[in-house]
This record gives sequence, C-alpha cells and structure tokens, in this order.
Amino acid sequence: MLLYVVRRILYAVPIGIGVTFIVFSLVHIAPGDPISALLPNEATQEMVDEARREFGLDRPFLVQYAIWLGNAAVGNLGTSIGSGRPVATEVMSAVGNTFILATSAGLVACILGFLLGIVAGLWRDRPVDHIVNLITISGVSVPHYWLAIMLVIVFAVDLNWLPPLGIGPDRSGGWRPDWAHISHLILPTIATAAIPMAVIARTLRASVVDVLDQDFITTLRAKGLRRQSVLWHVIRNALPTALAVMGLQLGNMLGGSVLVETVFAWPGTGFLLASAIFQRDLPLLQGTMLVLSMFFVFLNLVVDLVQSATDPRIRRT
Amino acid sequence: MHGTFGETADAETAIIPEMKHHSYSRVVLGRFMRQPVAMTAAGILLVIILAAIFANYVAPADPFQTRVARRLAEIGTPDRWLGGDELGRDLLSRLIYGGRISLSMAVLPVAVGLFVGGLLGILAGYAGGRTNMAIMRAMDVFYAFPSILLAVAIAGALGPGLMNAVLALSMVFIPPIARMAESVTTQVRSYEFVIAARLSGASTARIMREHVLSNVAGPILVFASSQVSVSIIAASGLSFLGLGVAPPNPDWGLMLSALRQSIYVNPWVAALPGAMIFICSVCFNLVSDGVRRAMEVRR
Repeated sequence: MLLYVVRRILYAVPIGIGVTFIVFSLVHIAPGDPISALLPNEATQEMVDEARREFGLDRPFLVQYAIWLGNAAVGNLGTSIGSGRPVATEVMSAVGNTFILATSAGLVACILGFLLGIVAGLWRDRPVDHIVNLITISGVSVPHYWLAIMLVIVFAVDLNWLPPLGIGPDRSGGWRPDWAHISHLILPTIATAAIPMAVIARTLRASVVDVLDQDFITTLRAKGLRRQSVLWHVIRNALPTALAVMGLQLGNMLGGSVLVETVFAWPGTGFLLASAIFQRDLPLLQGTMLVLSMFFVFLNLVVDLVQSATDPRIRRT
Repeated sequence: MHGTFGETADAETAIIPEMKHHSYSRVVLGRFMRQPVAMTAAGILLVIILAAIFANYVAPADPFQTRVARRLAEIGTPDRWLGGDELGRDLLSRLIYGGRISLSMAVLPVAVGLFVGGLLGILAGYAGGRTNMAIMRAMDVFYAFPSILLAVAIAGALGPGLMNAVLALSMVFIPPIARMAESVTTQVRSYEFVIAARLSGASTARIMREHVLSNVAGPILVFASSQVSVSIIAASGLSFLGLGVAPPNPDWGLMLSALRQSIYVNPWVAALPGAMIFICSVCFNLVSDGVRRAMEVRR
C-alpha cells in the first residue's frame, strides 16, 4: 500500500508540471502581444521594447516559463491587468465562494446520485428504474446554464420565492449560514449538481447491476443472509467505482462553474475566469487556471488513493 | 470483441446452409431499429438536421429581418409562430438556421477528436513500450483539466470565433478518445489471431488494416458518438459566453445568452434556444445508447 501511495504521488508530479506548462502556454497561443493590451495604440517601438524587457518577454520561452513557475511556487501569480491588484489575492478571494457552491452542489449530487443509482440498480427493469433512467438521461443531457436560466424563470421571476442572482444580500460581508445566504445558494446548487448527480447515478446503477450478477451474491442469498446484509455487500463492492466517479465529477463541477457562476453572478473562480477573458486580462486567466487545475490534479490524486484504500485490487495494476 | 459478429454468422451459415448471411453492420442496424426510443430520437435529430441544411426552404422568414413591432412577441403570434427575439426577428427561423452553426460546432470537435485521438490511441496501443508511454502521458496532462474549463480557457486565450471554439473543443475530445482507442487496441493486439498474423509474416500495415482497425473501430466510434451530447452542451456553452460566432449570426447558445436579458418580459421565448440544445443533447445520448446496446453481444 505504502509503495502504491508513493508511486502515485510521484506520478502526480510530472502531470502537475505538464499542467503548469499548458497553463503558461495559454498566454502564448493568444493572438497579439500581451503587451499590446497595456500600452496605448500610438506607443513607439522603443516603448514596446522597453515594456517587453520589463515584463521579461524578450527572454526565450522556456526561461520565461521557469521564471513564472518559480514565482508561482512562492505564491506570486503576477498582477491583474484589469484591477491592478495581485492575481493571487483576486483568485484566493474567489476560491472561497466557489468552494461554498462546490461543497453544497457536491453533497447534493453525491447523496441524490448515490440513492438514485442504488434504487435503480436493485429494482432493475422495474418502473422505478425507468423513472430514474428518465431523470438521469435528462440530467446528463441538460445544458446546465439553460437549467440555471429555467430555474431563475420559475423560482425567481414567476414564483418570486428565491433571489435570481448574487451570493447574499450584501456584497461586502462574508458568507454566513443564514437564510439570506442559503436562499441565494439553492438555485446555483441545483444547476451545478444536475449533471454530476446524473452521471453518478448512472455509474452506480451499472455497478450495482454488475455486482448483483456475480456469483457471490447468489451464494450469500443461498446461505440465507438477510436482505439488508446482502445490500451491504452490494454497496461495499460498488463503492470504489462510485467514489472514482464522484471525485471526477466534483472536479468537473469546478469547470462547469464558469457558466453557472456567470448566470447567477456568483463571485467565484468561474466568474473571475469569464471576466478575465472579456477584459483580455491574461495574467488573471493564467492564475485562475493554474489554481483550478492544480486543485483538480490534487483531487484526482486523493480520489485514486481513496479508491485504492477501498479496493485492494487496484493497487496491483 | 474477439471474433466480430460477422464471424459468428459465418459459423452459423456453415452449420445451417439455408440461413442467409447477415453482415455485422446489418445485424447492428436491425437491432437498433427494434429500439423504439432510440429510433424516435434518431428521427427527431434527422428532422432538426435536415431543417438546418435546407433552412432556406424550410424557414418561414428571413432570420436576419428585424421588426420593432414584433420585439419579444408571444409564442403563437401569426408571423412569429415561436415568438420574436429581442430585435423582433422570427425566432422559429433563427432556431432552424441556428442548427447549422450549433450542430457543426458540436460535431466537428468530436470528428477532429475521433481522427486525431483515434490515430494517437491506436498508434500508442499497437506500438506499446516507449511510444505508448510518450503519447499516453502527454494525454494524461490534458486529462488533468476539467473538460469545460480547458475549452473555455483555450477559447478565451485564442479569442472569440467559430474556428477557435472548434479548436478549443477538439483539445477536449482528443485525450478521452485516445485513451479509449489505446485500451481497445492494446487488448486486440494481444489476441491470438493478431499474433498468428504476425507470425505468418503479415506486414504491420496489413495487420493494422485487416485485423486491428476492423476490431477497434466499433468501440471507438460508439465512444465518440457518446461524446457528441457532451460536445453540444460545451459548444453552446462557449457561444453562451460569447466565445463562439459573433452576432447577428443565429446560434442557439448565443441566442440564449442574448434573450437572457428578456426573462422578465417574455420568459418562455427566452427559454426556447436552450430547449433546442437540450433536445439535441438528449437525442444524441439516446441514439448513442441505442447503438451501444445494438452492438453488445448478448450473454
């Protein structure tokens, strides 16, 4: 086990470095010079050269990458062109808000997806399975940004039950678990949770069906084990697959948050990324991407380790 | 996938001479057609695709013709059957024309992903060793990004535009398809008939063409087809963010984004472009499920 953990962690290092390289390259696939956004149109060639030297853009690509990586490692992600504030500060203040939404959506998606998947798998080809199938097919196919708009139309515009956008009643104060803040959280949570919930339910149903078909379940039933005890065996065997999918979906929620956060004006990392794109604020785009993708790499690592802890077969491969 | 269905059919014809020979693709098609849900979904998609292709004949109005009096007209208005958009253009016509851009934006990246990812995956799987390591580890790096995030970041860096969006989305679909292609190719490569072919002196090109490709193409295609519904959500998402085509071009994601401002005036008209994305995504999912089920060899 220890050997597996060490190997898996070592394996995450080159992946992480590759990810930083791609994130860094993003700025260089962008058309035009990043400098052109900073300088006035009538800037002379000398001014441009001066600025290029100042930002290190006259150095070779790999040298620039090494410098950037070194700075990023100590928490210096550069300065936002839009706000003039350090990128690290901007990203960190947004991460908390995304974390609130991701936690609440993740809980909803995992709990609902788990229950729906188990129920559909246990009662395969019965009416309840067909109903769950209808829900999950819609769930995996729904454009979550459209679902977000539909939720706003129904619950904010028509019924006027819940607020249509924002994170809370005031922009300045921190997040507190009171009704004013939770009411703002409900609609974004549903919109974010829909796809992961459906994917988790579908995967879990498939693995429950798979486990039920195995001989040991027949043996357990034959030796007279009670239903609940058999159910425990089924869940125990379906769990590793479920955990893997849950982890991956949790990470994908971070990506999907770009659209949902835009619809709800939720001041998280997705919203930050979208505004970085529209202001062509490349350092901010780079910094946000770096933090989000590093978190995703870390999450994948944790998922693999947890999965191998629950399923010894994985360690051997 | 050892021994395609066609070979089993051959074996049967040998035992029962009067039985007609059915090719594998005919059998799959037959099984697909016996699934009413998948067939209905395929039918709906066909109607939407044909309407988009022949939009100049089908659409009741010019999709660019604005009319102030029909701004955000209700659904059922005589010359605006599905209502008017924020500039009074006919929404039905724009939805029909919108399929051209929206569906191309969804299908093209998967096609590129299928070609590039399939090629890389088959190469990695067949070559094995260091080539496999190099290709698959490079894919792992792209895999380490949440998919929509990667598309948004690349498209965001490249700037708005149809080609940039397609390029960004292609980068999302290459790694998963390559991974799938690699795993089936590795599997097929170890089968006895491939080893036998190699031992009997067949060239690599011939083994690839006759033994590997014919056995890996099915699973790879099915997997790629299952990605189209993901692609349409992601592609329209990019348009929704303004990273796709520019206005006044009709595109479902862009229309949804523009009509979002009007949800207090006429919410149901505002919801329609998104409903089109949803319908297409559901249908692509159902069709792909149907194909997968039709290709499964029953136990």
